[in-house]
Amino acid sequence: MQFSLGPVLYFWPKAQMLQFYREVADSDFDIVYLGETVCSKRRELKFDDYLAVAQMLREAGKQVCLSSMTLYEAPGELRELRKYVDNGEFLVEANDVGAISMLQEQSLPFVAGAAINCYNQHTLRRLVGMGLKRWVLPVELSGQWLSDVLNQSVISDIRDCFTTEVFSFGHLPLAWSGRCFTARSENRSKDQCELCCIKYPEGRQVSSQDGTQVFVLNGIQTLSGYRYNLVNQLSTMHNTVDIVRLSPQLTGTFDWLAKFKANRGGTAPQQLSATDSNGYWLQLAGMATG
Amino acid sequence: MELLCPAGSMPALKAAIEHGADAVYIGLKDDTNARHFAGLNFDEARLKEAARFVHQHGKKLHVAINTFAHPDNYQRWQRAVDMAAHAGADVLILADIAVLAYAAERYPKLERHLSVQASATNVAAINFYRQFGISRVVLPRVLSMQQVRAIARSCEIDLEVFAFGSLCIMAEGRCYLSSYMTGQSPNTAGACSPAAFVEWQDNDGTLESRLNGILIDRFAPNETAGYPTLCKGRFSVGDDTYHALEEPTSLNTLDLLPQLYAEGITSLKIEGRQRSPAYVAQITKVWRAAIDAVVSAPDHFNVQPHWQQVLAGLSEGSQTTLGAYHRKWK
Repeated sequence: MQFSLGPVLYFWPKAQMLQFYREVADSDFDIVYLGETVCSKRRELKFDDYLAVAQMLREAGKQVCLSSMTLYEAPGELRELRKYVDNGEFLVEANDVGAISMLQEQSLPFVAGAAINCYNQHTLRRLVGMGLKRWVLPVELSGQWLSDVLNQSVISDIRDCFTTEVFSFGHLPLAWSGRCFTARSENRSKDQCELCCIKYPEGRQVSSQDGTQVFVLNGIQTLSGYRYNLVNQLSTMHNTVDIVRLSPQLTGTFDWLAKFKANRGGTAPQQLSATDSNGYWLQLAGMATG
Repeated sequence: MELLCPAGSMPALKAAIEHGADAVYIGLKDDTNARHFAGLNFDEARLKEAARFVHQHGKKLHVAINTFAHPDNYQRWQRAVDMAAHAGADVLILADIAVLAYAAERYPKLERHLSVQASATNVAAINFYRQFGISRVVLPRVLSMQQVRAIARSCEIDLEVFAFGSLCIMAEGRCYLSSYMTGQSPNTAGACSPAAFVEWQDNDGTLESRLNGILIDRFAPNETAGYPTLCKGRFSVGDDTYHALEEPTSLNTLDLLPQLYAEGITSLKIEGRQRSPAYVAQITKVWRAAIDAVVSAPDHFNVQPHWQQVLAGLSEGSQTTLGAYHRKWK
C-alpha cells in the first residue's frame, strides 16, 4: 500500500505553496499530485512553476503526477491543458475526458481521476485500452462497489495493467459549477472575483440554519462539509486498494500521514472527530459515519 | 431547430406531440435513467406504444439510458439498450462509456446522442466521445452563451441545449452532492435529492424542509415553500444566511432564442419528465410558437409577453433565469 498526496484544492499564495512542497519533499508520501485542478484564474503558480516543483519532488524521490482541471469550458483553458499533456516528463491525472482525449492522441498513459465517470468493469476495460494506468475511484463509491468491479471476469486478464487509488482523507470534491460560489459569498460576480478565494485557505464553510456543516465553498468547486477520513478502514483495503490518497489540509497533513501509516494493519485506530465522516466507503450517505 | 420535449408517461407524451414537439424523450421504469421516480416512466409495452404513437405522427422518440451502469447489474443497462432498440426508438441518449460502446457495436445504425450526464463541456471532451459514433451532444447547463458559441463554431457535431426547466447549476454527471447527503445520486440511482428522504415540519407556522435529516430551508408563513433540492436551500456562510448556491428558479432561454438559432443549435430541450401532462402541453405550445417565430423571421423575433407569463407560472418559485448562459449569473 502506497500513500499519495492529492493536489492542493485551495488557492494558497505562492510562498505558502512553495513552503508546503518543501515539506512534502521531506515527507513520507510516495506519490505526489500537483497542479491547479479547480479554477484557471488561479495563477499564483504558473505551469512552469508547477513543473519546477515537480522536478524538485522527483529529485527528492517522489513519484510525481500532474493533475489537470475538472471543468474545462473555454478554449484558453484547453490550451493550458495541452501544456500538461505535452510536459514530456510526468504522468498526467485526467479529471475530464477532454484530457484523456488529448493523452490518447499521443498514446500517453494516464491516471483517471475521481471525477472521471468510471463506474463499472466494462468502462474500466475501455479506459485501460486507452492508456489508463491508475484508476482513482469516484468519491461517491464504496469499498464494496470497488470489490464488485475488480472481481468481474471481464477485467481478470488486465488486472495487472492498472493500479487502484482511493481518496481517503480531506474534504471531498463533490461538484463543479459555472458559477463561483466564493465570489457569490462576497456579492461579487465571477468576472469580478478579484481572486477572493485566496482569503480562504480552507474554503468557506457552509452550514445549515441549525448549525450542521454541510459544504465548503472553494471557488467553483463545492467540497464536503465534513472531512472524509478512512484512517480506520485501511485494514479492509489491502486486497483492493494500491494507493491511499490524502488531500492537503491547511495544517496537520503530515501528522495524519503518520497516523494513516501507523494504522495500515488496523492496530493503531484513531478517534474520528464529530466533523469527520466515512460514509461513502461504507455504502452510506457520504456525510454519515459508520 | 428541433423542439425536444419530456414525457414521464403516455399522457404527457401525447400532450407533447399534440402541442407541437418534434421529438419526445422518455426513460424506462428503472434506475437506467436520470429521472428514476416512483410512478414515472415506461415499461416495455408502454415503450412500444410510445414509439408507435410518435411515429404515427411523423415525430421521433429518444430514450434516455443515462445513468452509470453498476458492476453487478451491468446487464440491466444492456437490456435497456436492447429494449429501446427493439421497440423502435429513433435515438438513444447515453452517458456511460461502456453503454455507449455497447450500443455503437450492437446497433450501429441507431442514432446515439451524448447525454448531459456525460458532462462534455468542451471540444476536447466532445472529441473523446466521437470514438463511440455519437451524432449529437447535449451541452451541460454550466456554459455561457459565449462558450456555447465557441463550441458550435469549432465542432462539426449537432448540439442540443437546455432551453427551459429545472436548473442544474453544477456540471451534470459530476455532482455528488445528493449522494453526500442521502447516499443516492443522479449517477448511481437516477435521482437528485430523492423524495424518500424529504421531510416537512411545521414549527408554529415556520415550515422546515429536510433532506435525510439535514435542514435545507425554513419558510416563514408568507413564503412559498419549494421542494428541498439540496443546492437550492438557504444556508449560512459567515454571518449571512442566503441561497448559498442557487435560488429556487427555473432556466428560461426565450431571450436567447435568436442567438441559439443563429449558431445553428440543432435542438432545444425542455427539462421535466417528472412533470404533469398539463405542464408539458403548456410549455410545448409556447416553445413551438417561439421556435416557429424565430425560424420564419429570425431578425424580427420578439418574445411575446404572454409566452413569458405562461412560463413564469410554470417555474420554480415563479422565477426564471438565463442561468450560466448569461455571464452575469456567474
